[in-house]
Amino acid sequence: MPGAAMDDFIVRAFLGGLGLAAVAGPLGSFIVWRRMAFFGDALAHSALLGVVLALLLHLNLVFGVVAICAALALVLTSLQPRVRLAGDTVLGIFSHSALAFGLVALSFLDTVRLDLMGFLFGDILAVTALDLLWIYGGGALVLATLVALWRPLLAVTVDEELAQVEGLPVERLRLTFVLLLAVVIAAAMKIVGALLITSLLIVPAAAARGFARTPEQMAALAAAFGGLAVASGLWLSVQFDTPSGPSIVVVAAILFAFSVVLRRRVA
Amino acid sequence: MTVVDTALIRGRGLGKSFDGRPVLEGVDLAVAESEIVTVIGPNGAGKSMLLRILLGLVTPDRGTVTRRPSVRIGYMPQKLIVDPTLPLPVHRFLALGTPESPEALTATLDEVGARHVVDSPIQAVSGGEFQRVLLARALLRDPDLLVLDEPVQGVDVGGQEDLFRLICRIRDSHGCGVLMVSHDLHLVVAETDTVVCLNRHVCCTGRPEVVQGDPAYLALFGATAASAIAVYAHRHDHEHDDAGRVKPAHDHDHAGHDHAHHHHDHAGRRHG
Repeated sequence: MPGAAMDDFIVRAFLGGLGLAAVAGPLGSFIVWRRMAFFGDALAHSALLGVVLALLLHLNLVFGVVAICAALALVLTSLQPRVRLAGDTVLGIFSHSALAFGLVALSFLDTVRLDLMGFLFGDILAVTALDLLWIYGGGALVLATLVALWRPLLAVTVDEELAQVEGLPVERLRLTFVLLLAVVIAAAMKIVGALLITSLLIVPAAAARGFARTPEQMAALAAAFGGLAVASGLWLSVQFDTPSGPSIVVVAAILFAFSVVLRRRVA
Repeated sequence: MTVVDTALIRGRGLGKSFDGRPVLEGVDLAVAESEIVTVIGPNGAGKSMLLRILLGLVTPDRGTVTRRPSVRIGYMPQKLIVDPTLPLPVHRFLALGTPESPEALTATLDEVGARHVVDSPIQAVSGGEFQRVLLARALLRDPDLLVLDEPVQGVDVGGQEDLFRLICRIRDSHGCGVLMVSHDLHLVVAETDTVVCLNRHVCCTGRPEVVQGDPAYLALFGATAASAIAVYAHRHDHEHDDAGRVKPAHDHDHAGHDHAHHHHDHAGRRHG
């Protein structure tokens, strides 16, 4: 393999992964605090459907994923109070049906060859310069919004009714948050894949919890742990020729296990 | 009544049903400036629902709520559990409602007697401290009206009386109206201006000493006094598991025993 080309795509992979980890830390912390892990999973599972629809309609893939995630988020939030089923049941139904719809729709796309494994489990070594632009552009947008809405988002996370009585636009904040989630899912798809996106959001955040005394500390630590997982996972992937997305998640899981043990020893 | 002109908030003919089952019917209620109004009633009487309608959290099926223009409301919810995954010191919790200077935060915590927990994780404070922190958050909004849903829940009996006295002092020093829900008239009788006895509809209303002699009040609380005390003690035990220590801790069993003991004392005193 020619050295220069290999260096290039590894550099892009590192840049993409680290950029994603920086956003996934704070956003993932909110997902953990708001107990939305399963919700994020349902959105991520619909990402494949977004890709297929975008291909069918000749739209940009990232745009397709953001659109379908946002649509699903709206349907879920408006449907949930209306059906007499537990929240996790509704999310389970949506999560798996969205994936099934995506896979079925994909089979109609016989003119386009699509790297299915890449979309499901990530193909970080195939990150292009355009992907990097999406990750950094989308990531900057998400981070800027999070910073601007930090206090109101925290207030709504702690207690929605109290926040509403105190005059915060609870519905709009909730909607903004799921839109941010949709953008991150679209950006993360290339890196860890639709099936593993949630883990990059919640595992570093969960590992950071034990070492943080404020929300900001937890968000920053989660970003650092995510970056560490991305860098080490990528190195593993290149070194041992393992799939990149799962390798990153494996490292994140090991970090989490260490964090649990370490905290116990300190406490 | 002069209440008509000065009401901070007023509900007229409020009604709400769930699945065709009425939870509230034709409820009228108003709070005047510097007035303490206490809503009492048995479990399931719709007390919390009434507050939630007045706060605008629930839309009533019938009736209207009017507020004096630009009235500021401080709200203390009945139950607030901060997720244990969220690292949040008390002073940060307070600043979520209104971004205030650290001095203002400590001054308000001082006023409610909870200054010592300013840097503690919110999940680690005791039930009584947590109620005071919630009260501080409501006060930081410089409210014209304080709305308190079961303000003394999860607080031991001695602490309950302290907390009611504190609420009364706050009314005097801030000049705000107070609307609160309580399960127990005996605890609030000294401080309350108006009692509203609620059991889906308003059974009786007036000064506490008048309400206590009202046949409707006696019918609601007199006949079931014995069982009401049993229910109260049991319910309270349970609340302590959750709210007394927001996050259940290792000294759980011990704390449970301790508090149960207090409650028997309390029940005894009420009879005697």
